[in-house]
Amino acid sequence: MNRRTFLTTTAVGLVALASGVAQARSISGAVPWEAFAGEPPTPVTPGGWHFFQPREVVLMEAIVDRLIPADDLSPSGRDCGCVVYVDRQLAGSFGEAARLYMKGPFLPGLPTQGYQNSLTPAGRYRAGLAAFDKAVSDTFGGRFETLSPGKQDQALSELETGKLKLSGKVDGKGFFALVLENTMEGFFADPVHGGNRDMASWKMIGFPGARYDYRDWVDQHDKPYPRGPVSILGNIVQAKAG
Amino acid sequence: MTTILPKKDVVIIGLGWTGSILANELADEGLDIVALERGPWRDTATDFNIAYMQDELRYAIRKDLFLHASEEAMTMRNNTSETALPMRDYGSFLPGRGVGGAGVHWNGHTWRFYDSDFELKSHLTERYGADRLADLTIEDWGVTGRELEHSYDRFEQLAGISGKAGNIDGRIEEGGNPFESPRKRDYPLPPNRMPYGPALFADAAKSAGFHPFPTPAANLSQNYVNPLGVAMGQCSYCGFCERFACANYSKSSPQTCVLPVLMRKPNFELRSNSDVRKIELAKDGKTARGVTYVDTSGREFFQPADLVLVCAYALHNVRLMLLSGIGQPYDPATGEGTTGRNYCYQTNAGVTVFFDDKNFNPFIAGGAIGQTADDFNGDSFDHSALDFVGGGGINCIPTSGRPIQHRPVPKGTPKWGSAWKKATKEAYQSTLSFGVQGSSYAARGNYLSLDPTYKDRYGVPLLRMTFDFPDNDIRMSHYLSDRALEIAKAMGGREIAEARRDKSWNSVPYQSTHNTGGAIMGSDPTKSALNKYLQSWDVANVFVIGASAFPQNAGKNPTGTVGALAYWAADAIRNQYLRNPGKGLVG
Ligand SMILES: Cc1cc2nc3c(=O)[nH]c(=O)nc-3n(C[C@H](O)[C@H](O)[C@H](O)COP(=O)(O)OP(=O)(O)OC[C@H]3O[C@@H](n4cnc5c(N)ncnc54)[C@H](O)[C@@H]3O)c2cc1C
Repeated sequence: MNRRTFLTTTAVGLVALASGVAQARSISGAVPWEAFAGEPPTPVTPGGWHFFQPREVVLMEAIVDRLIPADDLSPSGRDCGCVVYVDRQLAGSFGEAARLYMKGPFLPGLPTQGYQNSLTPAGRYRAGLAAFDKAVSDTFGGRFETLSPGKQDQALSELETGKLKLSGKVDGKGFFALVLENTMEGFFADPVHGGNRDMASWKMIGFPGARYDYRDWVDQHDKPYPRGPVSILGNIVQAKAG
Repeated sequence: MTTILPKKDVVIIGLGWTGSILANELADEGLDIVALERGPWRDTATDFNIAYMQDELRYAIRKDLFLHASEEAMTMRNNTSETALPMRDYGSFLPGRGVGGAGVHWNGHTWRFYDSDFELKSHLTERYGADRLADLTIEDWGVTGRELEHSYDRFEQLAGISGKAGNIDGRIEEGGNPFESPRKRDYPLPPNRMPYGPALFADAAKSAGFHPFPTPAANLSQNYVNPLGVAMGQCSYCGFCERFACANYSKSSPQTCVLPVLMRKPNFELRSNSDVRKIELAKDGKTARGVTYVDTSGREFFQPADLVLVCAYALHNVRLMLLSGIGQPYDPATGEGTTGRNYCYQTNAGVTVFFDDKNFNPFIAGGAIGQTADDFNGDSFDHSALDFVGGGGINCIPTSGRPIQHRPVPKGTPKWGSAWKKATKEAYQSTLSFGVQGSSYAARGNYLSLDPTYKDRYGVPLLRMTFDFPDNDIRMSHYLSDRALEIAKAMGGREIAEARRDKSWNSVPYQSTHNTGGAIMGSDPTKSALNKYLQSWDVANVFVIGASAFPQNAGKNPTGTVGALAYWAADAIRNQYLRNPGKGLVG
């Protein structure tokens, strides 16, 4: 029985008691309320890798540094925590496709039917990074991280357009799209998830983040919003500090 | 082993918008009611936390509050010559799950359909001739807009809708939608204040000859106490509306409008985490005995009841009917059968204007806070010289600046690297998008059925959707996109990018959770599953409430009409059915 269910049993009845799984709840005559019933996010802390293996870390860091290069607008993807972000996502429910329908038969579909492969996101990274590593070495005469930035961009572009073919079960184009999508999530999501360090992307574009009240600003048309961003992570740190 | 529970007067399947309205109305009749909801209990004070609700990744991208495909997926194909495959992740639409249903994480555009929408087939046939409708299977609803007026009003009052009437008893009101059908009184709250984007849109639309007005919104412009005595707060334009729950008590939902009253009624019981699998029929096939459901540990229960209200969201309503053998399944080859018939959607298109010098602050936004021009919606314009029927609302309702999803860049921009970054930064503050929300008219080949191959976690067939945009709707959408372009040009931006609607329906990118039809209401039992009171023609003690009852969809969001139909059905049950239980209310 998880904490949430345990707490709720005091306020409401359970329809039937069997094993330790959450049961149907019966609620009548009152609006249930329990303290701490919500599920706040657990902040990601950098340090160590939960999914990526050492070789994969080297590759991923080199890749995200080309997808989001350091320049006068923001630090690099790696320095913003994008690889940490993707690592934690792949180690969790996203990586194991917990929310996807994963029953067969797996048949090649039409583009309108969406992704139809039996690999989970974690499986796609594992196979995709290895295949990309090999394809780059074979085609560009050196490992990805040793290539010049120009050559690295070329390798990524060729993966993006399907020119660079990957061996095995992995569709290279689809794999690139997945890596790009996850990298951008890491760059733009709340820092609580491990990326967007110091809210770098939000400062770059002028997004105020987790603010919740713009009533005094809604009709100040065509004027830059004056306040900097805040994050959920900040809210949590503040709450802990009391 | 199935545990048989004590009988109830009424069992309600699903506690979203329709379930909570029906439950509250029927509880006032003193009936003993149980609602079975497959998701968890959720409430503002406990679950919609203002310290962490603004988490785009968790709620908008990982879809924390939604139904996940792992729990129940659906299959899709564009036509009967294709093999349907499962949508392994929900994309094009996102069904709700849990107490409050999709009412928790909707945007809040709250429309009334036009009177002509309810008598669509007769109206269009009379005006343009039957030939014009040859490729379509549109129908009249059996209920008229005038009959529904009071029910619309009740939903608007319940939800504290903020807007401006355009037509009160035939008198055109300044500031509202001049094409609106007559209503008896104004919205309960005035419109919201407009952020810069919609304000600019309104000016441009007026200069181009359109009649823009504030979109009726379930994001409250002021504090409000609804007729049930439930208090709500003013919207703070936070920009975390669609896909999120409101932590402010400012967006109308079952939680903010109904549940505080309903949950306290002693003759109402909610069982959450209770997934209804089937409506059980008596041997004659004409009476429902109750429903079978399972809890999250897999234990099965039979809940007997005299009256079964199916309020599980349009698509789930239809699947439950098909699984339970209610009505004859529709067959597109013969055009016969009723359950699954006339599945429709929404035909959307968009346009984006890039400026050099503007500052829109796109994050100052609400789910429905914006402007609409309805000059080309429904039959508000003359189609005589045109090659289609239907229309759409042109809506400038910038709902958020959340940057994982909202990052407009001009055409030709690379997707990554320094050039991408520069373009992203430049466009973020200075770009405005608006859209066309077009009608979706029924066609013979678009329908819902059970999938022959793919099963849910209990081994029961998934729902199969067969759908593509009918040619009529594609022509309509292009015509509307041309109109939207006129407004875009009047804005005087640097560059315009269009997103026009073409075939085929793609299940991956998000479009709209406005799935309609499949268990439609009407006056002909061979063409509709329900009579005009949303009562099954085949099983008289089953009412099926939701957008599944729409014979076709208008160029408007459905929930205003869904809420009205909930009150309409509740009145029919209270005032007619309960006097003569088990009997059909029509014919
Ligand atoms: C992202 C998003 C934005 C939207 N924006 C708008 C908008 O701006 N304007 C508008 O008009 N509409 C909008 N909608 C649509 C709107 O939310 C729905 O029209 C409305 O919620 C429908 O009410 P309902 O009662 O039919 O279904 P819901 O409110 O979804 O309730 C159905 C309930 O039934 C439960 N259920 C399903 N199957 C079972 C089962 N087998 N057993 C037990 N319980 C079950 C579900 O878990 C759910 O809680 C939006 C929807 C989404 C997802």
